[in-house]
Amino acid sequence: MKFLLLQNYQGGAGCDVPMDQWSPADIKAHIDFQLTLNQELLDKGELVDAQGLAAPATFVTFDGVGSPVVTDGPFPESKELLAGYRMVDVESAERAIEIAARASAAPGQHGVPIQQPIEVRQVMTAPSIDL
Amino acid sequence: MTVPIEDLLRELAPQVLGAVVRRFGDFESAEDAVQEALLAAARHWPVDGVPEAPRGWLIQTAVRRMTDQLRSDTARRRREDVAAQREPPPAPDVPDQDDTLVLLFLCCHPALTPASAIALTLRAVGGLTTAEIANAFLVPEPTMAQRISRARQKIRASGLSFGLPGPDERAARVRSVLRVLYLIFNEGYTSSAGRDLHRTELSGEAIRLARLAHRVLPDDPEVAGLLALMLLTDARRPARTDERGELIPLSEQDRTRWDAALIHEGTELIMGAVARGTVGEYQLQAAIAALHDDAKQASDTDWPQILGMYGLLARMTGNPMVTLNQAVAAAMVHGPAAGLEMLAPLDEQLPGHYRLAAVRAHLYEMAGDIETAKAHYRTAANRTTSEPERHYLTTQAARLHIR
Repeated sequence: MKFLLLQNYQGGAGCDVPMDQWSPADIKAHIDFQLTLNQELLDKGELVDAQGLAAPATFVTFDGVGSPVVTDGPFPESKELLAGYRMVDVESAERAIEIAARASAAPGQHGVPIQQPIEVRQVMTAPSIDL
Repeated sequence: MTVPIEDLLRELAPQVLGAVVRRFGDFESAEDAVQEALLAAARHWPVDGVPEAPRGWLIQTAVRRMTDQLRSDTARRRREDVAAQREPPPAPDVPDQDDTLVLLFLCCHPALTPASAIALTLRAVGGLTTAEIANAFLVPEPTMAQRISRARQKIRASGLSFGLPGPDERAARVRSVLRVLYLIFNEGYTSSAGRDLHRTELSGEAIRLARLAHRVLPDDPEVAGLLALMLLTDARRPARTDERGELIPLSEQDRTRWDAALIHEGTELIMGAVARGTVGEYQLQAAIAALHDDAKQASDTDWPQILGMYGLLARMTGNPMVTLNQAVAAAMVHGPAAGLEMLAPLDEQLPGHYRLAAVRAHLYEMAGDIETAKAHYRTAANRTTSEPERHYLTTQAARLHIR
């Protein structure tokens, strides 16, 4: 089963201070945590892909008539902007939730868990084989 | 045992493809047939052993594939065609290195988009499989297969012939080859976190192809310049990231970890090329890289000479990215104010580019204006599309924040 674990900039309890105001050691600890988690998932054969997304976001909407409307999205200081994702291929939904829980406990400023909400979405598949 | 076979196959790939195209005159099908022959060899040789004439084996296998293909095409069209039965005419006796050169020119043709040219060059000249190329560019294999197939169709549609360009075209076509090789190298060198393994292979492949180009165009100083630039840049790779893949800037790198053999080779190459006369942009970039590599520690760097070379390069190319580097050199020689002044006109040419913000941040920090430096580091961190770069720039802003 494949799951997409979506990480938003939306702050949890531990991440209302932007990262560029943490101490360099805290930033290092946070990045180390993410890399270690990716490596663990890779070693377990569960990692499909993990990517960070560049800012800012641009929103494109068809205007219903002819030309698309292009809006520059919010910068990462604001909420609800996708910052990155992991795709994992796991045995069960429980395992996907377990991984998301780990990610949400990533260390933030002063090593306090950021408690960032991680959105867990199962990837839809083709219909199963008719027998 | 598998590694030498793979090396052998990749070395033979362009020679075999050249021979098959010469027989059938159809680049598109020849490219497919050679790819299949290479895959067959990769399957059989490790088990059965390498045949005595590996090149002949590959040509024969590819020719058989093509003949089969022609036959089945003919059958499908229910047309009696002698073409399928016809024995291929004997290949003209042309030295192999000409074929490699012709292939390089063809695959890097300016009519192709850079992405197509890169993919086709890696497959037809580099002998990589579609799967390997897809892996290196982190896209699914069918996507890469389509990219390659469209590139070949474009070549066919443009009616490009399998031959060397005429003398009037030659210089422009060489430039186009160099640009493609440079892009492959860059793709590998500016790797993203966690993916550096594949990407390192890509810069290694670019170096191999540049060596090949230098072998078939030994008298072209820009080809030598590009190869030197790659070697002198790649020499610093071991010191450029820490064990976690995070960036270490040039001034803070442990220079004992630089690859002395590559630096030696690159320096010899660039000195030989420059001595030959016409100086081009790759030679200048290589010469600048050689000056950096020559400094035992950052403070030994010959900045006045680097500044002079960036000046030449800026006049030659008019490229604002060159001016950006020139501004750093100017700051090192004449102080940060001189560098910042040089950056002022770039807002128009590089609007919103993260590197402009990053260089400004660095120069404001040199000037002691910590608040402005911090703001520019933040802007740069928000704008970069490279994760290690974002981490580095965020950490710089954080470092100034807690001072």
